[in-house]
Order: sequence, then C-alpha cells, then structure tokens
Amino acid sequence: MTAAAPDDDGCWLSAAEQARQVKAGARTARALVDGYLARIAADDRDPRRLGAYLHVDADGARARADAIDAAIARGDDPGPLAGVPVALKDVLVTEGVPTTASSKILAGWVPPYDGTAVARLRAAGAIVLGKTSCDEFAMGSANEHAATGPVRNPWDRDRVPGGSSGGSAAAVAAGLCGAALGTDTGGSIRQPASFCGVVGLKPTYGRVSRYGAIAYASSLDQIGPMARTVEDVALLTEIIAGVDPHDATSIDAPAPALRAALDGGARGLRVGLPEEYFAAGVDPEVAAAVERALAILRDAGAETVPVSLPHTRYALAAYYVIAPAEASSNLSRYDGVRFGRRGGDRQASLLDMYRHSRGDGFGAEVKRRIMLGTFALRSGYYDAYYKKAQQVRALIARDFTRAFDDVDVLAAPVAPTAAWRLGAMAHPIDEYRADVLTLACNLAGLPGLSVPCGFTGGGLPVGLQLLGRPLDEATLVRAARVVERGAAIDRRPA
Amino acid sequence: MSDDVLDRWEPVIGLEVHVQLATASKAFSSSAIAFGAPPNSLTDPVVLGLPGALPVFNRRALEHAVRLGLAVGATIRRRSRFARKHYFYPDSPKGYQISQYDEPLCEGGAIELVCGGQRRAVRLTRIHLEEDAGKNTHTAGTTSLVDLNRCGVPLVEVVSEPDVRSAEEAAEYMRALHALVRYLGISEADMEKGQMRCDANVSLRPRGATAYGTRAELKNINSFRFVQKAIEHEILRQARILDGGGTVVQETRLWDGAAGTSQSLRGKEEALDYRYFPDPDLPVLVVDDATIDGLRAGLPELPMARLDRLVALGLALDDARTLMVDRDLGDYFDAALQARGDAALQARGDAALAARGDAAAARSLANWLVGDLLGALNRDGRAVADSPVTPAGLAALVRLVDDDVISGKIAKDVLARAYASGEAPDAIVEREGLRQITDAGAIEALARQIVEANPKQAAQYRGGKDNLLGFFVGQLMKASGGKANPQLASELLRKLLAG
Repeated sequence: MTAAAPDDDGCWLSAAEQARQVKAGARTARALVDGYLARIAADDRDPRRLGAYLHVDADGARARADAIDAAIARGDDPGPLAGVPVALKDVLVTEGVPTTASSKILAGWVPPYDGTAVARLRAAGAIVLGKTSCDEFAMGSANEHAATGPVRNPWDRDRVPGGSSGGSAAAVAAGLCGAALGTDTGGSIRQPASFCGVVGLKPTYGRVSRYGAIAYASSLDQIGPMARTVEDVALLTEIIAGVDPHDATSIDAPAPALRAALDGGARGLRVGLPEEYFAAGVDPEVAAAVERALAILRDAGAETVPVSLPHTRYALAAYYVIAPAEASSNLSRYDGVRFGRRGGDRQASLLDMYRHSRGDGFGAEVKRRIMLGTFALRSGYYDAYYKKAQQVRALIARDFTRAFDDVDVLAAPVAPTAAWRLGAMAHPIDEYRADVLTLACNLAGLPGLSVPCGFTGGGLPVGLQLLGRPLDEATLVRAARVVERGAAIDRRPA
Repeated sequence: MSDDVLDRWEPVIGLEVHVQLATASKAFSSSAIAFGAPPNSLTDPVVLGLPGALPVFNRRALEHAVRLGLAVGATIRRRSRFARKHYFYPDSPKGYQISQYDEPLCEGGAIELVCGGQRRAVRLTRIHLEEDAGKNTHTAGTTSLVDLNRCGVPLVEVVSEPDVRSAEEAAEYMRALHALVRYLGISEADMEKGQMRCDANVSLRPRGATAYGTRAELKNINSFRFVQKAIEHEILRQARILDGGGTVVQETRLWDGAAGTSQSLRGKEEALDYRYFPDPDLPVLVVDDATIDGLRAGLPELPMARLDRLVALGLALDDARTLMVDRDLGDYFDAALQARGDAALQARGDAALAARGDAAAARSLANWLVGDLLGALNRDGRAVADSPVTPAGLAALVRLVDDDVISGKIAKDVLARAYASGEAPDAIVEREGLRQITDAGAIEALARQIVEANPKQAAQYRGGKDNLLGFFVGQLMKASGGKANPQLASELLRKLLAG
C-alpha cells in the first residue's frame, strides 16, 4: 500500500480533474497509477473480488506515468488526459499488452498494434492501466460469458455488473481506474453503466473508428467512454472521435465540441418519451427512478412529449439475426492457424485442427451465436433472414427520424430492471430480452447515453437512457449534465 | 484431338479468369505488393486478418477495374458492393474472401479475338473485384507452410458467357484478355507468376442441340498452353463418357499440368456454401460519371483497334494478330514503322510516305520482325523489350533491303551479327562495305573476267546449255563477295555470253 490514505490518492476524482491536477503539479501521474494498482491488488485479495481486470499492465503503466511526469517537469503538455489511468475493455487491441476478448481462443495473444481509439487516448496523455473483463467477444448482457468467469457488481457483489462491458463499468464504479472504454453493439456500454451507476456513451455509428476493436457485429459495434462524470465522457469522446483512414465506415464530420455543450442546460429542450419504452415490463422501481430524472429535466425547463416508435417491437428479432450473422462471419478468423490457441495435435487433419481450435476455444454463448448466424446466412435463407432484418432495420431508423422531427432527444429506461443476481438468467432468450431497450439505438446508428439517475430500494443504481439524432452527442451530454446535477448522487459502492 | 469427336459433339465453354491488378499496395491495406519477396514479409494487421483490423479499399484498383470494364464495353455500376465469401482454408486468414456477389462493378461487354482467321466476340457476364488468397506449400510429413505475401493482392475476376466453342478459341480468348490488360497497363498478367489464372467450365452437347450439357469446372490452369491442353483433355474425357452411354457428373476438377490430366476435387453435393453477404466493413462502392469520363478519356489504343490499323496498313490478318496479342511486339513494330517513315522522309523528303505508311514497307517490316528477329528472341527466351536490335536499327536494315542497297541474304547475316553484338545493323553495313554493287561498269568488268576465265562453260552455254547462266551468276556473286546486285549481274552476263 502507498502512504496516502485511501481517499487521498485521487482515485475517486474525475478523469478531467486528475488531468488538471497532474498538469498543475498538484499530483503526479505515478501517484495515481500506484494508487490504482494498490486498490486493484487489494480487491484481488478479497475472496469476493470484483474480477474487473483480466490483465493489469503494472510495469507499462508505471513507466508511462514516469514519462508523463518527466514531460510535465520539462514544461511539456502531455495532453488533455495527462496522467489519467484508463482501463480498456479487452476487445480493444493494445500493442504489447495481451488482448483476449475474454475468450480462451485468444489466450496469450499479444497484438502488434494499437487500435485507433487506444492510440488517440495514449496520444492525449492517458495511461493504459489494464484490460477489463467482458462477455466473450462482447456477446452477452451480464458479463457472465467471460472465459475467465463472471465480474461482480461493486454495489452488490452477488449481482452482475451488466454486459458486455461489465469489467469496464465495475472498474469505473469501484474507483479502479480514472475512466474506461467499452464497446456497445446492442447496449453493452449503456446497460452496464446503468447497472454500475456510471456514465456511458455509445457515440453515433462511425463517430469513433472501429480499427482495433475486435469485431462482434461490424454494422452495430461502436467504441465509447465509461466514466464517473458526464464531463469525462464528453472529454474522452472528443479525444477518440474523428474520421480514421483505417476505418472506411468512420464518418468525416467535424470533431464534436462536447465540453462546450455541457452547460447548455435543458431550457426549451423537447424531450420525447417513446411510449414503447415505458410499456409494461419495466420494473416499477426502475420506472420511478427514470420518472424522477424526467422531473429534473422538466424542472430545468425541458418539455417532455410522448412519441411513438412503432417498429420497436421488431428490434429484438432484427438484432438477433443481424448481429449473429455478422458475428458468424467475423469470428471465422479464429481458426488456430496464425494467432490464438490451436487445438488438436500435430498429426491432426486440417479439419480436426479447425474443430478442436474452435470447439475448445469458443464458449457456449459464442457458439450459439455463430450457429444462429451461420444458419441465417445459408444459401437460400439470406432473403428470409438477413435481408429481411435489414429491411426492418430501415423501418426502425425511419421511426427515429420521424420522432426527431418533433423532439431534440429521447429519454427512456436503459433496461427493464436493475442488476440481477449472478446466475439468475436461466435461458439465453431471457438474457436477449433484457437488451430490448438498447438495441434499436444500434440498429439505427444513433448516439445513446446512460447517466445515473437514482437507486432502487435495494440500493442498486438505475440509469436514464438518452438517445439523440445522428452526430448529436452534444445534446445528450447537455441533458445528461442536467440530470447528473439534479440527481446529485454522492454515494459510492461500499 | 480426333476430329470425329468434334463432329458429334459441340463443346460449350465458359471461362473465369482472375487477373491481378498492378497496384503498389494491396486491395484493402497499405501493405506493399512485390513478387518473390521473403515469405510473409508483405503483410500487416489487415492482410494477416488480425483481430480488430479493418479493410479500406484501394481506389487505384477500382480505377484499373473500371478501365477494363470500359475497354470491353461493359456497363459500369455507379454503386456496387463488396461481399464476403466464406470458406476455411489457411491461405485465407479472415476465413472469408472479400469479393463482389450480386452487385458486381461491371456487367456485360465482350472480349474480341481472332481465331482460325476469323474475328469473334465472346460475351462477358461480369467483371468483379476481389482479393487474392495466400499460398500454401505442403512439405513432406504433416507440415504445411503458409505465405501471405499474395494475400490481399487486388484481382478482377472476368467471367465469360458460355460462348467459347473450342479449346483453341479458349486459348485465344486468354491471349486477347492478356493483351487487353497489358495494353491498359492494369496488370503484368504473367501467367507463370500467377498474375493471370484461368478456370474453365466445359460441357458437351450433340451438334445441332441447343440445350447445354452437364458441365465440369476445371481449376488450376496456369499457362496459355495448358488452357488449350486442359480443355482438349476435358472434351475427350466427356466425349468418352457420353459415347459410352454414361452421364457427365457436375463437379470441380483440378488440372495437373505436369501429368496432363485432371482429378475430381469435389462433386456437386460437396459444393461449398459460401454464405455471401454484404461486407459491413466496406461502404457501397460509388463510381461517379466524372471518374468514368476521365478514365475513358485516358484509355490507350486497344488491341482490336491496333489490329484494324495494322490490317488497314496492308498486313495479313495473322501477322496483325501476332503483333496485336503482344503489346511489346506491337509497340516495337509501331516504333520501327515510325523510324522507317522518318528515315524515308529524310531520304526522299516525302512527307506523305511517313504519314500514310507504305503497305509494302509495312509488310516487309512485319516479315523481318515476326520472321527473323522474333524467332531469335524466342529461341533465346528474351523479351521484345530487351531486343539488342532497336526498332530504328531494324527499320534501317529493312530499308536497305527494300531499296536494294543490300541483298536479303546479306541482311539476314547482318541482322544475326547485330543481334549478337548489339551494334546498329546499318553501321555494320557501312563499316564492312556490304552495300550492293549496282554500278553496271564494275559488274561488267567482273563479268568479263568470269567469262574469260571459263571458256569451256561459255562455249557450252553458247551451244545451247542455257542453265549454265546460273553457274556464271554464282561465280560472279562469289567474286564480288555477295555484293553484286544479282539481277544486274545476270542481265550483263547474258548479254556478254550472247555477244
């Protein structure tokens, strides 16, 4: 343990504040890194450890911290995230640091390159502290499908942190990093952010380069920040956003000025409440917390208006055709030939090598989705499944376009419930259904945000989901900041 | 091939030809392209299919493919799409190949060719873009080596309609396509380097029938010679089956060039399900009118236009075809013809000759180039571009022959020596004084000496043995070192002997 008292090590500060203090010389990057390493080590000794990290790069983080401190001593500016220790979901490729996507099939793989978002964080002065657990290949809603075992929710260690970016959410919530990156394909940033009481933003599809994000479903995946404050989420998004020559689907749009938008307030804001998202099935305590957040917005001068997104009920079906179809293709590269784990013995035939590598390397949920997707893409079935789902997707996107003719932002619960107990999801379909409120955002490529707005009676965090027009993350952080101030949550997990 | 097989059966052949596009970097990454580099040295995360890597399309490859599409008269799709074609094999590190499926870049068009003294057009179904696979080498034991240098090299796949009717025509189709891509400068198309590869769909039907027979697909045909041999072999194989009352099985067969046979690779039941779907990593491929117009304006003279021009110049169709199918040879001819014209212009001040080209001069040049120089180059396995005799040198030599300054026999000798030494042929002629003696006085003096030296033969000739004239001409040519103009010598000798 370091000499500093637990609350004096800066570990609960926002990332923006950490960077300000490091740049001002009030705190060293090394002290922040050492503080987090000590906290992570302490948690690891707990029999009910969170298990948020799969890999902690202690040596790399210390060396980088020293380099940043030296730069500051020389009078250089290491950037807007100077000295901020960040955690990265393990689907984000990191040069020289093991990257496994929480899968056995990638055990021991050390990538030779950094993904674009990671490289941009590093260039802004951030320090990669380690890689966080997630559902295997980001397929799951509770972080229970990690090959290394589940992650616990810091607010209740018998409960899931949500998923698939559960490790990142838990690390941010438990003060084990300054901020984190996750990925969101059908809610994988927003839902664990809600379950763990942190802020999470899924940017517009194409806003952040996917280069270096291990693909789950390419047309839906998006990298985004998870942090303790709305300001941090704005700051990190500004840094990682922007067109990238390595990603043909990245959008060439001006960088979003999100921090400038933070204090715009809610006066005059038209907030749409999609009736389909408030229908029966949402837990009353969740609904109550969301209602309190809506009241905060109204008190700040926003107007809430009912809207309808009639094709919402097809989102789940469309998603569970499109995402597995793309996944079945994206995961073809895990064949045991050149990277990752090879199964079978040396005498085995090529087919046996594939069978063993993939059969032993993938977990049950990944295999399930590969099979679903393989079926959907079979010759003769494409029109009935993938193509039909894409048509439904277009209708869902059109619903949103129409709604945004009338409102500036949509507000809704993130998930029907708060965090459930470990092992409570008996059937895959139940887990799929839990994504029902977050999927449509990905299908339509829209930005979506989860901001903590209250707790259930049992003390579990609840988030408010905000959905915006394409490329309009600014309105999301502006509204989220109003909720953050109004809700004034000052609790930390025990 | 025995002709009676072809009397009974009509081959129906469609060709699928892969052509590597000559770009500096790969189809979907900035990794470099080179032939013969150390294994796996031309790779990057995209080529290796590493987790997290994404493809970004090389616009240069698009331009090349559009140029080909325009050259064959295809319709260029303003919006086409990349699709993933899935199969597991170690030469394909992503587990899928990025290709085009139901929305290819080019549709329609035709490849024109000359076969059996006839011009023909073979219609195209489509031309689409895709990426090449790596290369597997199977060693002894259970080890296979994978080289991914070729992986990701941009390809066009040119798919023909089943319009080809003979093995010879298939080979000619390949030569025409080869010529076309070389003229366009979009590929080296060296079949030995695998830059151009051919699969052939072959079926037979009774002469006079209109319905197609069951086809077999032949893969791995990697030379022009093998295109013809493999298809001839397949025609005979199917004819034997059909003549014996059997039925042809729809299957994919692998041609073994060394053995001169093919083996079944997989049957219809084992046909792979490639599970095509649009690649979500790549946006719709948009080609706008301005791009197309710009590329169209930059097209060079195409092979068939050259053929037409050469035929119009007065060359025989087969000679024109020879000069057309090899771009370098055609270029050599054009340069020589130009030099011939320039030299003629200088010599005679005849602008019209240079401008219109002279049919006799063109034919003469073609004969010397195709008959003599090309023979020597082929014998030595040298490329036309590396010829020791320059186009201007050949033109000068042929002009000396055409103008009766040297004899054809001396010219052949001079050409051989120029080829061996690299010296300009006309310089050899001048230095060694090989110009023909056309001075009647000098030849007459020689003729007198010959007649006086051979009184017996002169008497016999005068006595009626006319064929002894050849003897006197031979003696005179020998005495002149081959330089006497033979017509003039013969004329003067006849006069002398008669007098």
